Parts: sequence; C-alpha cells; structure tokens
Amino acid sequence: MPVPVEYFQILAGILFAIGVMGVLFRRNLLIIFMSVELMLNAANISLVAFSRSLNNIDGQVIVFFVLAVAAAEVAVGLAIIIDLFRKEGTVDVNRVRLLRG
Amino acid sequence: MDLFWLIPFLPLIGFLINGIGIKWVPKQLAGLIACSVVGIAFAIAVGAFLELRSLPVADRSVTHVMFPWIMAGQFNVNVAFLWDQLSSVMVMIVTGVGFLIHVYSLGYMKNDPGFKRYFAYLNLFTFAMLLLVMGDNFLLLFVGWEGVGLCSYLLIGFWYQKDSATDAGKKAFIVNRIGDFGVLLGMFLVYWNTGSLTFVEVFERAPAVFIAGAALPTAITLLFFLGATGKSAQLPLYVWLPDAMEGPTPVSALIHAATMVTAGVYLFARASGLFAMAPDAMMVVAIVGALTAFMAATIGLVQNDIKRVLAYSTVSQLGYMFLAVGSGAYIAAIFHLMTHAFFKALLFLGSGSVIEACHHEQDMRKMGGLRKKMPITSTTFMIGSLALAGVPIFAGFFSKDEILYNTFTSGTLGAIGPVLWVIGALAALMTAFYITRAVAMTFYGEPKDKEIHDHAHESPSVMTVPLMILAVASTVGGFLGIPIFMKYNVMHNWLGPLIGGGGHGAHGGDHGAVTEHGTTHLAAGPSDHGGGHAEHNVTLEVILMGISVAIALFGIVWAWQNYVKHPKRAEAMGARFPGLYKLLDGKWFVDEFYNAVIVVPIVGFSKFLWTVVDSEFVDGLVNGTGKLMRGIGSALRPVQSGLTPNYATAILVGAIVIMGYVVLGGAR
Repeated sequence: MPVPVEYFQILAGILFAIGVMGVLFRRNLLIIFMSVELMLNAANISLVAFSRSLNNIDGQVIVFFVLAVAAAEVAVGLAIIIDLFRKEGTVDVNRVRLLRG
Repeated sequence: MDLFWLIPFLPLIGFLINGIGIKWVPKQLAGLIACSVVGIAFAIAVGAFLELRSLPVADRSVTHVMFPWIMAGQFNVNVAFLWDQLSSVMVMIVTGVGFLIHVYSLGYMKNDPGFKRYFAYLNLFTFAMLLLVMGDNFLLLFVGWEGVGLCSYLLIGFWYQKDSATDAGKKAFIVNRIGDFGVLLGMFLVYWNTGSLTFVEVFERAPAVFIAGAALPTAITLLFFLGATGKSAQLPLYVWLPDAMEGPTPVSALIHAATMVTAGVYLFARASGLFAMAPDAMMVVAIVGALTAFMAATIGLVQNDIKRVLAYSTVSQLGYMFLAVGSGAYIAAIFHLMTHAFFKALLFLGSGSVIEACHHEQDMRKMGGLRKKMPITSTTFMIGSLALAGVPIFAGFFSKDEILYNTFTSGTLGAIGPVLWVIGALAALMTAFYITRAVAMTFYGEPKDKEIHDHAHESPSVMTVPLMILAVASTVGGFLGIPIFMKYNVMHNWLGPLIGGGGHGAHGGDHGAVTEHGTTHLAAGPSDHGGGHAEHNVTLEVILMGISVAIALFGIVWAWQNYVKHPKRAEAMGARFPGLYKLLDGKWFVDEFYNAVIVVPIVGFSKFLWTVVDSEFVDGLVNGTGKLMRGIGSALRPVQSGLTPNYATAILVGAIVIMGYVVLGGAR
C-alpha cells in the first residue's frame, strides 16, 4: 500500500512554511539562503509526489531542472554573500541597507 | 526699354557689394558704387521713359516677367515689373531725387564711421522703393512696402549709440506695422474676391465683382488707407515721422520726405480704379487728409528744431496729397508728390547743410544771420520755402493750387468740398507762416549764438550742387502741371489715360501677346477718364488761385513782420495765448494721449502677464508638477527600506494575493 499523495503534500507544505519563516525572520543571510533552498526542495517533493501518483514523468523532469537551477543559484548566491561580507563586514540583513531610498 | 527691369536690381547690386564687402571695399569706392548704381538706374529710367513716350497711348504699359514666384493651385504670382505712365514717373522721382541725395550724402556723411553701412542701407532702400513702385502686383508692392519700412527703421536708428535714435526707429517700425496689417487684410480681400493680385487683372475684374459704393470696396479702400496712414504719416498714425528726424538728414530728405512716405499716395493712384468704387471711403480719406494738413501745420508753427518744422511740414503736405486723392484728383496728388519731392528734399538737404555748418546744432533759436555765411544754402533754401509756401511760378504753387481747386469742385465730396477747401487754405496760410519763420530764424536776424555763427561755413560743392539742381527743379517743376484751363498740362496728358482725372476710374486693360522676351504688352483699354473734371470753371479756378496766392503772400509777410522786422512780437504772441501755445508746443499732446491710452495699458497688461500669468500661473504649474512629484516620492520613500525581509514579506503577500485570486476567483 503506497503512501497517499496527501501526506507528501502536507510534508511539502510544512517544509515550505518553515522555509518562508526562515526567510522572513532570520537575519543571517546564510540561513536565509538555506531557507530558500528548503522552499525549493519542498516544491520538488510536491512535484515528485504528484508525478508518481499520476504516473506522469513530467513532474520529475521539472525537478531535475529545479535542481540544476538551484545549484547555479547557490554558486552565484554564495559568491554574492562572500563579497558582501568582505565589503560590509557582516551578513546581517538588517545592517546591510544599501538599497534604502 | 528692354532694360527697364534692370532698374531695381542696380541698387540691389550696390547694396550687396557694399553690404557684403563692408570690411574690404575702400571707402571712396563704396561711395562711388552707391552713387553710380542709382545714377545709372536714373539714366535707364529716363531712356525707358522716352521710349515709352514714343509709343502710342494705348501701348504705354509694358510688363516684364522675371520669373514665376508663387504657384499654388489657383494662386499665381510672378516677380514682374510694370512700366507704364505712373511707374515711370515714380521711378524717375525715386532715382532722380535719390541720386542727388546719394551724392549729397557723400559730403554729409564724409566723416562718419558708418559711412559704408550708410550707403549700403541707402541702396537697399532704393531697391525696396523701386520694387514698390514697379511691381506689377499687390504682393510685390507689399514686399517693397515692407522693405522700405525696414530700411526706414535701419536708417532712423543709424546712430544706434543714441537711445533716442533707436527708440525713434522702433516707434516708426511698430506704428508702421499697424498700417501694414491693414494693407495685408486689404490684399486678402482683393484676392478673395477677384482671384488675382496682378494690378491689370484686378482692375479688369473689379467692375464685375464689386458693386460701386457697396461695403466690400469701401472696406478694401479703408484697409489700404490704414496702411497709407502708417506709411504716409496721416492721422492717426503720423506720430512716428517727427521722431524719425533722429536719422541722418539726407535720410530724412530721401525717405521721410521725397519717397517712402509717398508710397500711400502711389498705392491710391495705382489702385484708383478700385478706390473710385468707394465714394464713402474717399470722403474719409479726404477728411483725414485735410485734418492732417491742418493739424500738422499748426504744430509746425511753434517748433524750434529746424528738422521738426520740416517734418511736420511733410506730414501736412502729405495731408494735401490725400485730400487730392480723396477728391478723386489722383493726378494732382501725383503732381504734388513730385513737386513736394523736389522742394522738400531741397529743404531737408538745405537744413542738413545748416546743421553741418552749425556743428550739429538743430535748434533754430541758436542760429540766425547765417545768410551771409552760407549764400548758396540760404538762397536754395529760400527757393524751396517759396515753393512750399505756394508762391506763383514756384513748383508748389501749381500743385497745391490744383489740389485745392479739385477739392472745391470735387463731385465725390459734394458739399463738404468747400469746407475742406477752407481747412486746406488755412493750412496753406500756416505753411507760408511757419516756413518763413524758419527762414527768418535761421538765415536772418542777429546771430544768437556767437560761437556757432563764427564757425559756420558754406558746405562743400558736393553738397551745394545737388541743392542747386533741386532748386532749379523746385522752380521749373511746376510748369509740368500748369493749370488745366491752359490746355497744355504735361502731367494730365501723360497720366490721364492711365489714371483718369476724376472719379470714373474703371480703366480696363487687355492682355496682349507675350513676346519671346517674356514681355507682355498691355493695351490700356478704352477708359472713360477725365470724367470728374470735364467742364472746367475757369473763372472759379482763377478766383481760387488768386485767393491762395493772397493767402501765401499774407502768411509770408505776416511771419516776416513778426520774426524779421519785430522779433519781440513773436514772443509776445506766444505769451498772449498761453493755452494755445502750450497746446501746439505739446504737439496737441497726441503722443501723450497715445501713451496714456495705448502704451501704458499695454505695458500694464504685459506686466500683469509677466508677474501674474507667467510668474504665478505658468511657473506655478511647472513648479507645482515638480513639487507634486517630490511629494509622492517622499511619501513612497519609506517603502524602499533597504531591508531584505521587508521585500521578502512583500513578495510573499503578493504571492498569496495572486494565489488566492487564482484559487478563489480567477479559476471561474
């Protein structure tokens, strides 16, 4: 008896919500970054689960794309964070307000 | 005569050489070029005139088409010159008197730093004036009309270092604009109704298009007359002419006495066929002319600046010309235009000679007793004065007399003719008085300023020879128009077939064949000219002539008694009528009136536009837009906090809203 698809969706929802909370409430840019990854992977779980229950391979194909893009994003994002730390001496988002109007 | 189209271009060439080469052309050469182009133009004009005279009367109208100028659908205008009885006379006056004044200027402007500029302007003026009198259509006439206005402005303000000169130039230009607007509207009406601007075509079609005495020809005539009041210094726009005396004196002689100011008279003579259809307008013209003649003469009585006396005299004499035009006596008007060109140019040049001798002193109260110092100038000036005063055998007598006679008997004026005659006769009395006064104050009596008198000297011959030639013309010129009853009147015989002596001006003209040279011979068709004064009342004319002679002599003697025999009496006379004297000395306060009624309100309104409409409203609008944007910006500024979590929250909220919309509403 396979695990029902609803369980996977609930798990994905919980993970996504944790990711959102992390992005909104944490101040360390690295943690925020990890939270974003969490949100992406929540979406991946949801896609894969639907793909399996519907017997449609498309969802899993999209996940591969998401993984590839996420990897690229991590590379760029980490580079930005390192550069920011070198320039500002901090990765606290509340103290980096370069875009303030 | 094949060369007559060259006439206007000769001064243009002179202008281009002197104007473009103002840095390189040597001074002597510049003067030589400027004089010789006008001299050659005069020679060609005389030759073409003689050739025209040898043609039969019916063929005395030649058009030379230079090139098509404007071709827009139905609207066709050529640059074409007309050579007929009227334009040949005008061209000879312009180039002949102009040539003498050019030569005189060689002496008068000898030491002026703007010598070359002066001659360039003078040539340009001559070009524009020749366009005006030779153009075969209203548009070309208008180009000349504007051109002479421009040159007048340039030459009045020639000594631009002087504020008064530049102000006078601006005044002349602005006042003339008011008149030009009338000419422009008149031209529109002419084209609108006849579909052409060419003189011959317009006058050919006019009888079929316009109803004599109707509103349309009256409106056209009055609009043209508005232009004439500006250019020819009539009431109410005459105010610029006295101020124009700020320019060099030969300019006053050429532009503001002999040629430009007579443009209005020329326009009326040229378009006489049109004007004859508007008897009401002619009445207005005659009345305005008579009043101008009278009013300007009264002001002339009390002026102390020798040039201003002559300026008001010019306004007054132009008034006579319009009186003649209004009476339908176009030939008399042109005749007076010619004699006036001679004697007024003479008087102005003579006054220039005096001013030069007195080291640019123009106040007659500081002159006196110059007769022995300057024999040629004083003799020629007196000949000019006699011509102006209307003493028999001198030119002004014949022309003024013809005008007054025509006013008295005019068919169009009817009952008010004799009234206008009285006004004209009174003006003639004052004319004789003020010019005698000027002669007396300048050349007779005791020297009032010893230093000026001691330094005074006769002018060089380059200045006195033109004076002598003009003096001869002022003496014999009148015999071209000896009274009609003596049968042999050159002016009438010459101009009569074109213009007609009196009211019935519907002269037609047929297009002839165009020859290979692009020259069209225009047959002056059968014209019922001379109708207005067909039967001459010889007795009446002799009586009127006797009266005007008596008036002229009385005016001269009266002034002589007051200013030469008993100089104290003149002052006593001013003191006896203080109110009148003040009125005349203040020039009827017309300038003050215009200032109060027109200038001050305009300045006030402009100030209102500047301080309220522009500074407050327009600027407020612009600045307000800016302020509004700044306000919105600063209101929205806090949104851009720079805090990443805030942005993230906004994204989340946005995402939730969109998702909620898709799930709850958008799915439907």
